[in-house]
Amino acid sequence: MSNEISEAQVRHVAKLSRLKLTDEQINLYTRQLGAILEYIKKLNELDTTGVEPMAHVAPLRNVLRDDIAGTGMGIDKVLQNAPDSDPPFFKVPRVLEDSSGA
Amino acid sequence: MSDLNYKVIIGLEIHVQLATQSKLFCACPNRFGDEPNSNVCPVCMGSPGTLPVMNKKAYEFAVRTAMAMNCEIARYTKWDRKSYYYPDLPKNYQISQYDLPLSQNGNIEITVAGEQKKIRIRRIHLEEDAGKLLHEGNVGFSQVDLNRTGTPLMEIVTEPDLSTPEEARVFGTELRTLVRTLGVSEANMQQGQMRLEPNINLVITKDGKQYKTPIAEVKNLGSLRALERACAYEIQRQLADWEKTGVTMETGFKSTRGWDEQTGTTVLQREKEEAEDYRYFPDPDLVPVVVEKDWLDAIRKSLPELPIARRARFQTQFCFSEKDATTLVEDRATADLFEQALSLGAPVKVLCNHFISFWAMHANQRGVSIAELGVSAPRMASLAKLVGDNKINNTTAAALAEKLLTCPDDPADIAQRENLMQVSDASSLEKILDEILIANAKAVEDARTPGKKQQKAFGFILGQVMQKTRGQANPQVVNQLLQKKLAEKN
Amino acid sequence: MQITQLTAFDLLDQIKKRQLTARDAVEAFLKQIDKHEKTIGALITVLPEYARERADQIDQMLADGRDAGPLAGLPIIIKDNLCTQFAKTTCASKILIDYQPPYNAHVVEQLEKAGAIIIAKANLDEFAMGSSTENSGIKTTRNPWSTDCVPGGSSGGSAAAVAARMAPVSLGTDTGGSIRLPAAFCGISGLKPTYGRVSRYGLVAYGSSLDQIGPLGADARDIALVMNVISGHDARDTTSVPESISPKPDYLTKLDTPLKGLRIGIVKEYQSSDGIDPQIVAAIDQATKLYEQMGAQLVEVSLPHTQYAVACYYLVATAEASSNLARYDGVHFGYRTPNPEDYIDVYSSSRAEGFGDEVKRRIMLGTYALSAGYYDAYYLKALKVRMMIRQDFEKAFEQADIICAPVAPTTAFRVGEKTSDPLTMYLSDIFTISANLAGIPGISIPAGFSRDSLPIGLQLLGNYFDESTILQAAWQYQQHTDFHRQIPAGFIEQ
Repeated sequence: MSNEISEAQVRHVAKLSRLKLTDEQINLYTRQLGAILEYIKKLNELDTTGVEPMAHVAPLRNVLRDDIAGTGMGIDKVLQNAPDSDPPFFKVPRVLEDSSGA
Repeated sequence: MSDLNYKVIIGLEIHVQLATQSKLFCACPNRFGDEPNSNVCPVCMGSPGTLPVMNKKAYEFAVRTAMAMNCEIARYTKWDRKSYYYPDLPKNYQISQYDLPLSQNGNIEITVAGEQKKIRIRRIHLEEDAGKLLHEGNVGFSQVDLNRTGTPLMEIVTEPDLSTPEEARVFGTELRTLVRTLGVSEANMQQGQMRLEPNINLVITKDGKQYKTPIAEVKNLGSLRALERACAYEIQRQLADWEKTGVTMETGFKSTRGWDEQTGTTVLQREKEEAEDYRYFPDPDLVPVVVEKDWLDAIRKSLPELPIARRARFQTQFCFSEKDATTLVEDRATADLFEQALSLGAPVKVLCNHFISFWAMHANQRGVSIAELGVSAPRMASLAKLVGDNKINNTTAAALAEKLLTCPDDPADIAQRENLMQVSDASSLEKILDEILIANAKAVEDARTPGKKQQKAFGFILGQVMQKTRGQANPQVVNQLLQKKLAEKN
Repeated sequence: MQITQLTAFDLLDQIKKRQLTARDAVEAFLKQIDKHEKTIGALITVLPEYARERADQIDQMLADGRDAGPLAGLPIIIKDNLCTQFAKTTCASKILIDYQPPYNAHVVEQLEKAGAIIIAKANLDEFAMGSSTENSGIKTTRNPWSTDCVPGGSSGGSAAAVAARMAPVSLGTDTGGSIRLPAAFCGISGLKPTYGRVSRYGLVAYGSSLDQIGPLGADARDIALVMNVISGHDARDTTSVPESISPKPDYLTKLDTPLKGLRIGIVKEYQSSDGIDPQIVAAIDQATKLYEQMGAQLVEVSLPHTQYAVACYYLVATAEASSNLARYDGVHFGYRTPNPEDYIDVYSSSRAEGFGDEVKRRIMLGTYALSAGYYDAYYLKALKVRMMIRQDFEKAFEQADIICAPVAPTTAFRVGEKTSDPLTMYLSDIFTISANLAGIPGISIPAGFSRDSLPIGLQLLGNYFDESTILQAAWQYQQHTDFHRQIPAGFIEQ
């Protein structure tokens, strides 16, 4: 049994990921993620000192567009897939003010 | 009372909405006040499969600002995703810049009570704004409007160099003037185009020992006055809290507080035990930006005269006081209007006088800037020229100015039509003067006799002429005539 | 020959010559779908009315003598993670079960402009996360060569549909092998283009720096036909490569050029790979021998870091996925839990109920890799290893024009065989993943059958933007073999 990740860490990660998991699922994921992370430890065999991290494939730079405004797609279309709406708004259970991360 | 003193430490985080036509990563209009969710497309609402494309103008606007704040402009920047869940953020990540912001290490000079102080700028970066949540009047639910989602936002972070609430306000004013002058934002605080969040704490020294109070970040500040008041309130609150509980940075938590304009207090929103985990990582959908020298040079060339320089010039060139120069330059359009009127031949002294007297008064009464009064530069210039050419006096000018606010005509035409032109014709003035001299023999006598009553009597006679001509007599002509008359009969 | 057995190339030729109408073609394939979909389960949505209407329009255009495009009348099936305004796009997930996109993907626009007719949308592993299509939240797809076996994944529906001749060609997406693996398992050809070659606009993102859309079909020529239509620059995808950097070729022109002098790289490290089915090793050997006979020159190349590719991939892809899939939150679109306690619960319950196990597992792994304190050890480390893998290929392509490798260590495995052990499942992609990490193109083509009559795939990897050469090598191979002409028993029209 790997101890690469603890049950508490899995709970924390589930919270960060906004996934409401049962105790059973937490237990299962702790084992499975542990095994995967154990395998991933393989990367530590490699000395990556001085290696540039590769975040993009193509060597493209400065792909920018001109500041020209178009129009929105229309409120009907915006709300077309909304699980709940109060046109022209989306509707959600009351949000506590200013608990955003921003 | 034992020996206690404290130092205030304030840093500011400012979000400025950029005045681009379109949003940061899509072509939706960047406009305030439209019908909710009308400026939304698949990209800004985060529809699956959509991809962002960066707005060049927004980048240039941020670089302009950074240059004006003496920042180092990064040659290479990238875009990062900042993850947090909130219903006004449809992708649940915000495209921002984390470890490689587009600029760093700048400064702005501010003047408080005649003293100059440099406030260091830690960094300026670009990010996308979130949408809006509305809670008003809804029981049990909130409404989401995504019109603001994805609009370009410039974040400016200062070093904690501000040490009084007044300095914070002055800095805020300076910044607002700067972004307006640069044309990168209208910085209307009521509309949320400039949002200031101070981080405040105190370093208290008591009996030779130092204590740092926990940092509080204050949100929802709708005006520069609110910024100053909130800082002042926080100082007192933190001091009182510390005296009561002894809480310090080490024992307490960093908190986020909201500003309540009604009560003039800050209200605790949340305390953070640990830093938020935003899981920043490079956005794979956006390629990096590399700023070449040519591009930078072009932006630098396009920079207008900066407020600090313009203010100095307004003081030396036009003899405005520091206060008046600051007020004028605060609004770029107003300062431009002034210079435009000047270039149209308005006499500088008269125009200065008009701007700081009646134009400022009318603007204040209406709660707008002078430029927003609706009186064009040619008409302002024309009014100043009438005074300069002695065709009207300043009293008439003030009365005419009021008419200009509602009537589109040229001031010279109005003056002509309403018979407000100054009477400089010596013969007609002489007739009026003669009548007055006859009717006021005592005053004439006093005016001729050297002594303490002479000056007063002279002024009295002049006043009578002005009254009789309803203020239209040219004071200089009357003055000369009167002196001549008094000397004649002697 | 029956319509459903025709290659796309021959079908288009017959339509162009008016020997066949677009409507005939559409009807033939719809009939095939009707007949076999119940057994195979390749499709999420079938679009008979839409397809018939489009076919009639195209026939009308052809009758009027107008140009209806290079793919006029060609029925095609696309993976259900490609956005269509005219049909739901589910990603085989409960969370998008009724999702109707407000726009068409770039490739959909391109296909329709070229006259192709989208007749159905194919099943996949939920959000393209998987190697067997067993992670679909909607249905399980079976391999037409043996319905006990998986079709491979994640483009299992797209591959099984072509193998069962429900369409002559299909589109899939490939993030770690998701086109090439199912192509190999289903005995067809499938190309993953160079990253940046095909616009991702409208492809529901899984691992944004790895995802590419590509065609699946019977042979390399059919793939070239579709590539001619879907590739090219698109301003809406800033990672799409502009013409100025790499002009888009006509992929058909080089197909018939002989291979004389072509340098084919044989990977040293793959010679001694444990756990690879010896039948596959033998098939690859045979193929390389054939290439030598055709005038190609074999050279040994080394890819020392590809053994780290799976570990690297499962950090990079899941980190990106954890962020890409954050938007499925029950607020603006998609599934919302019926009775949320509060708005936080809208998030956590909708996501818990809407996502399947594998998606949750990858979101958590990715979240963990990016979280405070672990970023450097996992995510950043993976980006550096990714660079080393890329450099391996850059070196290899100095010596070789293309690289020849297996697609997978096994042939199609049985349904349920690997579902309980995610890591074992991940290792199915051991030979395909490194191409995605490096961003190079790769094609899988049929190269034989196992003793159980299951197809074996051969992988050809090319240098950046050199799809033409691997298509040429594939097509030339197909001129000397007939594995790609085999259709599983029971799927040939009587």
